[in-house]
Amino acid sequence: MEEVPQGCPGTGSAQAGRGASCQGCPNQRLCASGAGAAPDPAIEEIKEKMKTVKHKILVLSGKGGVGKSTFSAHLAHGLAEDENTQVALLDIDICGPSIPKIMGLEGEQVHQSGSGWSPVFVEDNLGVMSVGFLLSSPDDAVIWRGPKKNGMIKQFLRDVDWGEVDYLIVDTPPGTSDEHLSAVQYLSAARLDGAVIITTPQEVSLQDVRKEINFCHKVKVPIIGVVENMSVFVCPKCKKESQIFPPTTGGAEVMCQDLKIPLLGKVPLDPHIGIQEFCGHHQPKEEHLVGS
Amino acid sequence: MLRAQGRAVHQCDSGWVPVFVDQEQSISLMSVGFLLESPDEAVVWRGPKKNALIKQFVSDVAWGQLDYLVVDTPPGTSDEHMAAVEALRPYGPLGALVVTTPQAVSVGDVRRELTFCRKTGLQVVGVVENMSGFVCPHCTECTNVFSQGGGAELARLAGVPFLGSVPLDPELTRSLEEGRDFIRDFPQSPAFPALSSIAQKVLSEAPARLS
Repeated sequence: MEEVPQGCPGTGSAQAGRGASCQGCPNQRLCASGAGAAPDPAIEEIKEKMKTVKHKILVLSGKGGVGKSTFSAHLAHGLAEDENTQVALLDIDICGPSIPKIMGLEGEQVHQSGSGWSPVFVEDNLGVMSVGFLLSSPDDAVIWRGPKKNGMIKQFLRDVDWGEVDYLIVDTPPGTSDEHLSAVQYLSAARLDGAVIITTPQEVSLQDVRKEINFCHKVKVPIIGVVENMSVFVCPKCKKESQIFPPTTGGAEVMCQDLKIPLLGKVPLDPHIGIQEFCGHHQPKEEHLVGS
Repeated sequence: MLRAQGRAVHQCDSGWVPVFVDQEQSISLMSVGFLLESPDEAVVWRGPKKNALIKQFVSDVAWGQLDYLVVDTPPGTSDEHMAAVEALRPYGPLGALVVTTPQAVSVGDVRRELTFCRKTGLQVVGVVENMSGFVCPHCTECTNVFSQGGGAELARLAGVPFLGSVPLDPELTRSLEEGRDFIRDFPQSPAFPALSSIAQKVLSEAPARLS
């Protein structure tokens, strides 16, 4: 995937191919001819590919560090508890691909087959894909601008041989930028079921969740609901509850009531989750959310 | 967090005027948050537009005489980070404070951040480990909610200074969200000495490390 010039006006813009920063770009002629503004053929290709995927769920958060990837991993495991359910987990956090570590799949590599890239299977019915599998060292940094990240996401959706899947869970980085726009855009013809938004109880996190909710409205992605993570902490010694992240404005419960969005559940802070992740073992906590 | 929500950004002859957040006018702030009509408004921009705004924040804001410019970034190693480094490099010295939480998943990502620093020639002032332990207010048992040891281990692996650990303190969160001055209200908090010590280390060591 070639690097695009820094001042790239965007392939869909009126200045495409004509701007000063377009000089010398390998795609200049293509953009100037107007072909860049045409719908990406990959969208139809992905629609075809996704015909074997029954449900597609985006996991979003406004803020980083709220436990989105941990939740995605636990949700995938929870859904895969039934061995007749085929589950796929796609990690599109290109710069911070945590899913391989959380799933105990660090060091695994992706293989090519005749029908495309093969996902890495952690169980017979749970396949995983992440840019993490394409990196040779845990120190490798993916220092890519938006267009290159978008290209990777397109490849993940179009070129991975997902097979027959009941649930495709797409884990995203925090925010409302390239990765999110690309995921929604490339899945636009394939009917995205909706988004689950993860938050912690405090207002600083909720404020970003409201932005995430607005993003979903803007790009017409249905909102399945909100999960409040790190809800309460139970002291392992005295067993009393504390709120490490105080819900100064009522937490996700009040926000969901105000915005009339389902609160799917609250997950307490459990120090063992960190240790379990490190060891690659899991005890799904979100079975009650399955089927929501 | 700095009690500046809803403030407006004004223009002057030398550019945008940053928002002062304290009476003494010792801390000024610029954020895209000031340019939004409502706090719920989502900024749904791709890379090039974000890059352009970051360049403007550096060159078009009338910062005036500054001892320190602290740049808060989103997680990752992408457009915003590259744009910030490119925009600020001519104005050196430039260094990075890298923040992690103790657990392996966070360290796994932050290792890549350190590689970014190395590749872009960004000198690392040190590593800070945040959310490092929670002292139960009922029984004072300290639990490592997000595991332990990640920050020091990361600093050791990367050969950079470990500046310290900041424990979880719900009062810090509450104070920030309710618009109080944490430093003034909670000098007894376990987070306070940690934050002060780290700030002292940055003040005393950064100039030498970045020259």
